[in-house]
Amino acid sequence: MLEVEGVSKSFGGLRAVADVTMRVEEGSITALIGPNGAGKTTLFATISGFLRPDAGRVRFLGRDIAGLPPERICRLGLARTFQIVQPFAGLSVRENIAVGAHLHRPGRAQALAHAELIGRQIGMGRMLDQPAGALTIAGRKRLELARALATDPKLLLLDEVMAGLNPTEIEEIVTVVRRIRLAGVTILLIEHVMQAVVSLAETTWVLSDGVLIARGSPAEIAADPKVVEAYLGRGAAARLAGREGGAARA
Amino acid sequence: MRRQLLAIVAFLAAMALVPHLVGSEFWRNWVMMALFYALLGQAWNILGGYGGQFSFGHAAFFGTGAYCSAILHVHYGVNPWIALPAAGMAAGLVGAFIGFLSFRYGLRGSYFALVTLAFAEVLRILANTVPITGKGVGLLIPLDPGAANMQFADRTGYFYLILAFVGLALLLTLWLEHSRFGARLVAVRENEDAARALGVDVFRTKLAAITLSGALAGLGGSYYAQLFLYLDPGIAYGPAISVEALLVPIVGGMGTLFGPLLGSFALHGVSELAKLAFGEAAGLDLALYGVLLVLMVMFMPNGLFGMGRTTLARLLGGGRDA
Ligand SMILES: Nc1ncnc2c1ncn2[C@@H]1O[C@H](COP(=O)(O)OP(=O)(O)OP(=O)(O)O)[C@@H](O)[C@H]1O
Ligand SMILES: [Mg+2]
Repeated sequence: MLEVEGVSKSFGGLRAVADVTMRVEEGSITALIGPNGAGKTTLFATISGFLRPDAGRVRFLGRDIAGLPPERICRLGLARTFQIVQPFAGLSVRENIAVGAHLHRPGRAQALAHAELIGRQIGMGRMLDQPAGALTIAGRKRLELARALATDPKLLLLDEVMAGLNPTEIEEIVTVVRRIRLAGVTILLIEHVMQAVVSLAETTWVLSDGVLIARGSPAEIAADPKVVEAYLGRGAAARLAGREGGAARA
Repeated sequence: MRRQLLAIVAFLAAMALVPHLVGSEFWRNWVMMALFYALLGQAWNILGGYGGQFSFGHAAFFGTGAYCSAILHVHYGVNPWIALPAAGMAAGLVGAFIGFLSFRYGLRGSYFALVTLAFAEVLRILANTVPITGKGVGLLIPLDPGAANMQFADRTGYFYLILAFVGLALLLTLWLEHSRFGARLVAVRENEDAARALGVDVFRTKLAAITLSGALAGLGGSYYAQLFLYLDPGIAYGPAISVEALLVPIVGGMGTLFGPLLGSFALHGVSELAKLAFGEAAGLDLALYGVLLVLMVMFMPNGLFGMGRTTLARLLGGGRDA
């Protein structure tokens, strides 16, 4: 469904994403993990059209989308959330979600009704009339997810929607994400919460210093010495040899 | 929506009685001018209030509308009623042009404000140099009273005409508040990146808003020309109109349906009081407006309408915010 081929993106002298090639299969939940500053968000931004890749191709549903503006890419069915949440602060939760719902629903009444439906699915039923600016961080993360989902995407890119949530809230979002996939939406998620990655993702890609260093099931990844070293520093794999645990939040 | 529509109808009906109930010529005229400035404020409000793009140069649209209808009428003998939509279109085109240039290159905030200001100035200088506008001498529209000519011997006709324009602007704004276009425009105001991520074409949305806003201000210009039957570059493209257009919604409440109306009546009430207190002094209005602008931005960023709404909510709802 999504094929990234040799994508690179630099900021000045810093190569944030270096020659990344990866793919996301239709119907799957795929995770992208890696230490802080690995380039995960930058890769999302190049896929979703907010940044133009310096090199490489991004194919979505067989179509080259690299260089298209984000609104066009969204209309093709690829929606993203922001790690640093970007609510329409002055609008209510319902109105926020309705902006996404309007993508395929010209009528105001339909869009608002769909927004309410999505809001309830995401567990924001009681917050629908609150101003988005008044939400807690957990509420804002949910709102990011709800708005993106309201655009009826085929592929959903989630950038750390569970960061800063407590275990109960994480459990709730995990259930929500699973339900979204069951409804036929393919999901690529960036996540530091390993509990969530393990319980959701079939395939996990690991990015470190802009380079993809591993790919596999969460269990395979956790056992990969390269991954352990990326998170914990050189020699860590040797030190940890024999012990259980694997990748934890850096 | 139902309640807003009812409020609009009630307002228009009450205003329609003014020429019959208000005996004083002075006050009838005062209400008429307040409605005129409300129209300019409503035009600005679409782009600035709902879209978050602050223009300092709405005179560019107003003046273009005014000159367009005056020139068509004086030099080409076009009936003012036919020149009116042409004036709206011309002003809308100027809006689209300014919008295309500034939004294509991502100008926002004070940069956008400065570009609009500069455009109004350029047009003022242009109007001072090309013969068709009568240059600095100005353009006189021959007196020829008659409704067919959009000139009204008793001023009641002018009153109803501006009331109709204000009604049109109110309905347009009401539509905006309940349409996809309006939802997208507000989204662009709140957060452009988030809007783009949800499939909103930010450039096209802003372009449509400035075109609409310009066209509405252009209708105001056409009206002004027919009311005073005289134009010069300073009147048409000078900063006074630009300042009125932005101050009215800022005072009344940006991005609200009735804010510009409220703002216009409040502003011109205050300006009348100042005249009573200090007499007619040149530049008094502008000085007063400057002070008001600072006070509003500091103490009432949501305008009179916003403040009224929160106060009302506090009184009625026991802490629940409207
Ligand atoms: N707009 C930018 N300009 C300059 N440098 C940037 C920019 N965005 C990101 N970077 C740098 O690029 C590198 C990758 O950043 P990125 O945000 O993609 O990492 P990440 O993997 O998402 O990290 P985290 O887990 O902390 O979110 C970092 O070194 C960051 O400082
Ligand atoms: Mg990140």
